[in-house]
Amino acid sequence: MSAAELLRMEGISKSFPGVKALRGVSLRLDQGEVLGVCGENGAGKSTLMKILSGIYQAETGEIRFAGQPVKISSPRHAEGLGIAIVHQELNLVPHLTVAENILMGRIPSRMGIVSKSAMFRRAAELLAEIGFDLNPHAAARDLGIGQQQAVELVKSLSTEARIVIMDEPTAALSPDEADKLFEVIERLRHRGIGIIYISHRLEEVMAITDRIVVLRDGEMVGERKTTDTTIPEIVNLMVGRKVENLFDHESTVRSEVLLEVQGLSRDGRVYDVSFSLRRGEVVGIAGLMGSGRTELLEAIYGAAPRSAGKVRVAGDQVAAASPYDAISKGMVFLPEDRKTQALMLSQSIRKNITLPILSRLKGLFGTVAVGREMSLVEDLSRQLKVKAPSSETVVQGLSGGNQQKVVLAKWIGTKPKVLLLDEPTRGIDVGAKAEIYELIRRLAADGAGVVLVSSELPEVLGLSDRVLVMNKGRVAAEFDRADATPDSVMLAATR
Amino acid sequence: MSSREIGARQISAKAYLRRLGAFTGLILLCAGLAFATPVFLTVNNLLNVLRQVSVISLIGLGETFVILSGGIDLSVGSMLGLTGIVTALTARSGAGFATAALTGVLAAGLMGLVNGLVHTLGRLPSFITTLGTMAVARGLAYVLSKGVPISGFPGGFKVLGQGYFLGIPVPVIVVLIMALICSFVLTGTVFGRYVYAIGSNERAVKLTGIRVNLYKNLIFVASGLLTGVAALIALGRLQSAHPTSGSGYELNAIAAVVIGGASLSGGEGGPWGTILGALIMGVIENGLTLLNVNAFWQQVVIGSVIILAVLVDRLSRAERTDAIVK
Repeated sequence: MSAAELLRMEGISKSFPGVKALRGVSLRLDQGEVLGVCGENGAGKSTLMKILSGIYQAETGEIRFAGQPVKISSPRHAEGLGIAIVHQELNLVPHLTVAENILMGRIPSRMGIVSKSAMFRRAAELLAEIGFDLNPHAAARDLGIGQQQAVELVKSLSTEARIVIMDEPTAALSPDEADKLFEVIERLRHRGIGIIYISHRLEEVMAITDRIVVLRDGEMVGERKTTDTTIPEIVNLMVGRKVENLFDHESTVRSEVLLEVQGLSRDGRVYDVSFSLRRGEVVGIAGLMGSGRTELLEAIYGAAPRSAGKVRVAGDQVAAASPYDAISKGMVFLPEDRKTQALMLSQSIRKNITLPILSRLKGLFGTVAVGREMSLVEDLSRQLKVKAPSSETVVQGLSGGNQQKVVLAKWIGTKPKVLLLDEPTRGIDVGAKAEIYELIRRLAADGAGVVLVSSELPEVLGLSDRVLVMNKGRVAAEFDRADATPDSVMLAATR
Repeated sequence: MSSREIGARQISAKAYLRRLGAFTGLILLCAGLAFATPVFLTVNNLLNVLRQVSVISLIGLGETFVILSGGIDLSVGSMLGLTGIVTALTARSGAGFATAALTGVLAAGLMGLVNGLVHTLGRLPSFITTLGTMAVARGLAYVLSKGVPISGFPGGFKVLGQGYFLGIPVPVIVVLIMALICSFVLTGTVFGRYVYAIGSNERAVKLTGIRVNLYKNLIFVASGLLTGVAALIALGRLQSAHPTSGSGYELNAIAAVVIGGASLSGGEGGPWGTILGALIMGVIENGLTLLNVNAFWQQVVIGSVIILAVLVDRLSRAERTDAIVK
């Protein structure tokens, strides 16, 4: 295999407000090489690929493409250079044909009129070239997910690509379809195309790549020839030795069971999940994005319908798909996206906090007992250290951390028995994070039960008394606090 | 205190300013007309304007509930027509004023409930639901009346539509009472909080365990009941029930709500804004008539005012977004 260098990225850095996403990352890709890029969620893989495909610009560092220094200024520029990206999510237009989707933006035409025969011929050529047996006349919406992924792939390759970036390409594929994709990768490699392959599925990465680089917290922490390494070594590099004792806590678990989940399923997303949560316990749910963590919490709470299974809070069965019933039994849910699912952005802190308990604040003629409401809001705001000029401040203008505290205050005001927290610290600053960690442990110490979902492994491991690992919609492993190490959890999540 | 937090405070100040904006507009309008024509600022004429806007004000109050919750009710105009016919038929079958009036209002409430049930159980957008019931109600009004106006009612209706109490027209008093009740319900009660909450972020409210569907039904019933009251006044004023009565009123009612500062996406606005909106439209119409402007041109002016009002609203909203970014 020729070792001609295709791409070199040197000392790439990029920051976003409050986060250093990449710190001096360097990367090399040769012709006909398949390079695996691994790392946890948020390690910087996507940012790096977005810089390469022109969506972001690096702050420092140099990119050399085929030996020439380049500044990739836009996605169009990247495409012009021959850098194609196959996105994780599909971007096809459902009611257009395969041919139209493949050639989108480059449809052969004469004087503005589409020449259909040329279009279908060209699409058929491209499909044959890569070896996909697909009808160019078929409508995209009639294709299976795997076939759609194939169209997406052909589409990106039709731009005379020299580098192809694949971001979790097998996430939606069946094993057969994935094998087909690997064949395509093999063919591309023989044509001298360089491939950057991003995946959480380490077995795949081991099977098809030549070399693997590992990112962690925006830094490149390791580079190995695939033949010289093992999955445990890669996992080790991915998680590092970074779980600090910052989270050290006494166990407050008592014997009484607060939440019982039995055989819970949700069509196509969650399969047969059972577990229980005790008073004073924090159960962490780890897993990769798309492993069904959020979907599980939604089904437990009733934010989404479940197809099978039972949920009991302190012995009482909770009706399916009824947040109303969940809350009246003492179970609350902090959703992943606070802006669209938890807050009324145009309303005051006070009105957001008391929304779930208004019926308890009812006075004469259905009025809100404003005096009681005010003192309650003041109490909760103080307890959670919400920073705002007053409780009449509109939530929209608050920082992410303060917004999240408002959501937590709203739930704590209901005196819940069980809290389901989905990514409670997403997108908030370090100070507020620490306060939320403290709060979670305090709630447990005071006798509540907490189910904690987080993409940040140290958070899950540090706060939980027990860790469930989800993988492809199932609970793949369960660890006690003592046995839950980053390596063991990551291994169970990626298997 | 960071600049961000100051921005948040400015927002609520702006919201008050916006409400004041409509009020200032009305004052300026009245001042201008007072100069342009001596007739405008007479007690008689002003009471006349108030009486004329009473029906739209009442429907508008009902529409306010729906719009605040992020929905829309297009059926109110037809509902007014159908309620008039139902009331008239009840009265003609020998019922007294109270029975006929109550039947009419309850029938309107029931129509509101139908809107609510179709919207929530059928999961249809309120626009589609009420577009359908708008045609259904109008059709039923024709069917029940066989297409002919019905007249001959108990004297109570005349009092309701044309009477005076302490020198003030009865319809004006009814509007005032209803506006006070709506204001109390919307700003003081738990139900009112839910109305604003649903309009602010329905998904979040649902996930907060509030029975959104139940409250949406109540909201449509409120819209129906207020339209029912409006129908009684319309009936009393004309002393006859026409199956065509109320055609196009839904648009005037929506216009009143919007001119009054409500956001069509929900969560912002209030009953007094709606009353202001109805008054602004009424004053313009009255002024143009006094100035002998051709009735066709009046429509052009009213339409432009609606656009202008929402445009001003949009601009002040853009400023608010700036305030947050800064």
